[in-house]
Amino acid sequence: MVDVTPDAASPVPPAEVAEVELYHPHSWWTKYVFSQDAKVIAIQYSATALGIGFVALVLSWLIRLQLGFPGTFDFITPEAYYQFITMHGMIMVIYLLTALFLGGFGNYLIPLMVGARDMVFPYVNMLSYWIYLLAVLVLVSSFFAPGGPTGAGWTLYPPQAIMTGTPGGQDWGIVLMLSSLILFVIGFTMGGLNYVVTVLQGRTRGMTLMRLPLTVWGIFTATVMALLAFPALFVACVMMLLDRVLGTSFFMPAIIEMGEQLQHGGGSPILFQHLFWFFGHPEVYIVALPAFGIVSDLISTHARKNIFGYRMMVWAIVVIGALSFVVWAHHMYVSGMHPYFGFFFATTTLIIAIPTAIKVYNWVLTLWRGDIHLTVPMLFALAFIVTFVNGGLTGLFLGNVVVDVPLSDTMFVVAHFHMVMGVAPIIVIFGAIYHWYPKITGRMLNEAMGQFHFWVTFLGAYLIFFPMHYLGLMGVPRRYNELGDMALLSESAHQLNAFISIMAFIVGFAQLVFLFNLIWSIRHGREAGGNPWRATTLEWQTPQTPPAHGNFGKELPVVYRWAYDYSVPGAKEDFIPQNEPPSAYAASRGAV
Amino acid sequence: MSIVLVFLAVVAAIAAWWLSQQRLMAKPWLEQGSTAAFPRTESGSMPAAKIGLGVFLAVVGCLFALFASAYFMRMGFPDWRALPVPPTLWLNTGILVLSSVALQCAVFAARNGQFDMVRLGLVTGGLTALAFLAGQLVVWRQLVAEGYFLSSNPANSFFYLITAMHGLHILGGLVALGRTTAIAWRPEQRDRLTLSVELCAIYWHFLLLVWLAIFAVLAGWAAGFIEICRQLLT
Ligand code: HEM
Ligand SMILES: [Cu+2]
Repeated sequence: MVDVTPDAASPVPPAEVAEVELYHPHSWWTKYVFSQDAKVIAIQYSATALGIGFVALVLSWLIRLQLGFPGTFDFITPEAYYQFITMHGMIMVIYLLTALFLGGFGNYLIPLMVGARDMVFPYVNMLSYWIYLLAVLVLVSSFFAPGGPTGAGWTLYPPQAIMTGTPGGQDWGIVLMLSSLILFVIGFTMGGLNYVVTVLQGRTRGMTLMRLPLTVWGIFTATVMALLAFPALFVACVMMLLDRVLGTSFFMPAIIEMGEQLQHGGGSPILFQHLFWFFGHPEVYIVALPAFGIVSDLISTHARKNIFGYRMMVWAIVVIGALSFVVWAHHMYVSGMHPYFGFFFATTTLIIAIPTAIKVYNWVLTLWRGDIHLTVPMLFALAFIVTFVNGGLTGLFLGNVVVDVPLSDTMFVVAHFHMVMGVAPIIVIFGAIYHWYPKITGRMLNEAMGQFHFWVTFLGAYLIFFPMHYLGLMGVPRRYNELGDMALLSESAHQLNAFISIMAFIVGFAQLVFLFNLIWSIRHGREAGGNPWRATTLEWQTPQTPPAHGNFGKELPVVYRWAYDYSVPGAKEDFIPQNEPPSAYAASRGAV
Repeated sequence: MSIVLVFLAVVAAIAAWWLSQQRLMAKPWLEQGSTAAFPRTESGSMPAAKIGLGVFLAVVGCLFALFASAYFMRMGFPDWRALPVPPTLWLNTGILVLSSVALQCAVFAARNGQFDMVRLGLVTGGLTALAFLAGQLVVWRQLVAEGYFLSSNPANSFFYLITAMHGLHILGGLVALGRTTAIAWRPEQRDRLTLSVELCAIYWHFLLLVWLAIFAVLAGWAAGFIEICRQLLT
């Protein structure tokens, strides 16, 4: 190895930036509730996201009750069914995944991993959480509003989203939904500024970009994308809100509803679709990139091997982030477009597969001849690779216009996106929680419950979503609350649906076990110590566990190496922390 | 959506330029030791608040680029009837330019330590910005008086929506400006003053730029310009 230290005796260049003064809380309230400490904010974000995510899980049970046993449950009217799928989809994608990856893991891990005491704008960071909480509350309130929540589908396509026939369309539902999304975007922007600028300006000495753990790269790139993509959602929501409340016609064409001419006219629903998917496609990668990053770190740590092709991994993350802004119209093949447009978007869509495939190869090559420890986080990481490849392959099918047109709006699409952006990121979230829980609480999660949780979730998710591909190919449409006696369906299709529903309940039960484990282990888990996984990154090197306010004690760590020095030949242990000075320096110190 | 794509291309170019200086070709697994050997790869010395403002402006820029994109797409439909440009807008534009100039003077004064001038600049900047907002409200009243209501035509809807969005951003800026002005009266916080004033000025210049672009779009000159570009390309 090249030792680039110019003068082994003083390897630390003088600090260029004076340390900023840390905000110190004075009361219980500012310490635990209105806290400006990123770690507390992270826990608040995560708890809120998991809480609302649980609502979405319950909604998925209700959906499956109806699909598996149509006609049995009177309270699930067609309107209620639409409301359930809409809220389920929206909560899962935005209020759970986005908030948990960026607000939760971003807040906890970025300052610790880059060696900072806190985020750069702690006050704005705190506001970000409270606005997010407000957005969630507004969303929840729509369940209790007259007319109930909106049933427009998570895509909220106009004109139907704001018409009488759609649940919540002329009531409170859609108004609350749009307001909640607008709040979410504002709150996220505040948090996002923190995540980006902390990575840019808050890194400790020695932490160059190319020494950042891939987790930080993933969250950083995803945040940049989110900052540029969410404005599109914001614009779409504001304009639709005006259409609904003040009677403008941004999106609303002239419509005759029940014999009456509505006051709208001339608007373009396609315009909404462009705006929505300009946000919507990058959103897929906003939840995927942090997952990519986290998985890379989990695999490397638990296979005791450096990540294969670190540079390529970084480049791939950046390239995927950039490309995902020019593929949005592949969601609009069936909306009608110029054939050259379709060709362009199909091509860009397929090109994204290249950097994504590179990442998959590198994960597999990292595992190759590694010293694989099948810990729970590792199991989840492995499951992610399989699931993501699976969902990615069906994505290649759907990326082609000719294949997409017949499959569009069938259960095949539902199966595809659940694999790739439902199950895959959720699995990473679980793995990440098992991995970092010991740092957050000082105790390990219970291993037996973890294994149970993993196997039921992983196998169960396949049993739920795999059959949906077949149903889709058979022609079972998406967003139908009841199939009735369609000639194209055999009896076995109905049995399959019942089977899927039962599996969904079993998987849901496993999540309750997980929840129990989370709470139980806070007090009864095995003591973890500071670095139970023997990992190299800075968050495991803090003097206290859980890390105290200010993270690193008196002095910030100095970084001397990349994050993946596992099983280095000749080293004392099979990992070398990032803040361990190079051997030459250590030797010279020893001589003095 | 071409406008927002052009905007993103600019952002991407800046990001690419910055990344190109970060030794992305390095082989970190071969390099141990401190980073004295590769300068300029650590966190920069620029204040975090300035970088933060820069990132925020990128977000705001994206927002308005999206509004403009939507504007041009919606414009292509047959029910579009362009608005007349109220002459008051010229006056407002002038006032906003003044506001920006005043804040720039405050920046120079702060760098030279002339604190009276800083206060004068800040207050002038704030008052002119308020005058701009009042002027925009007057324009709205004029348009309503002439029968151009919010929902009677998409051109009107966009006019009110975009001017309102811009006004809201100015309003937000005024909050920051108010806090900066408060600092300017407290000698013990002088060390923070220059940076605060600079941040306000940057934000003001940016919103002035956005306003000029919006004005061009709403008045229809931008459409003519884009038409020329299109003809040159084909
Ligand atoms: C327990 C696991 C889950 C089950 C059993 C489940 C089940 C379902 C079903 C059956 C539908 C659509 C039915 C229809 O179209 O008629 C659906 C829709 C959807 N789900 Fe899930 N889901 C689960 C988890 C997730 C997760 C983790 C995500 C996160 C991305 C997600 C995102 C969505 C979205 C975006 C829709 C589309 C909603 C719409 O059509 O507007 N789901 N889910
Ligand atoms: Cu997409």
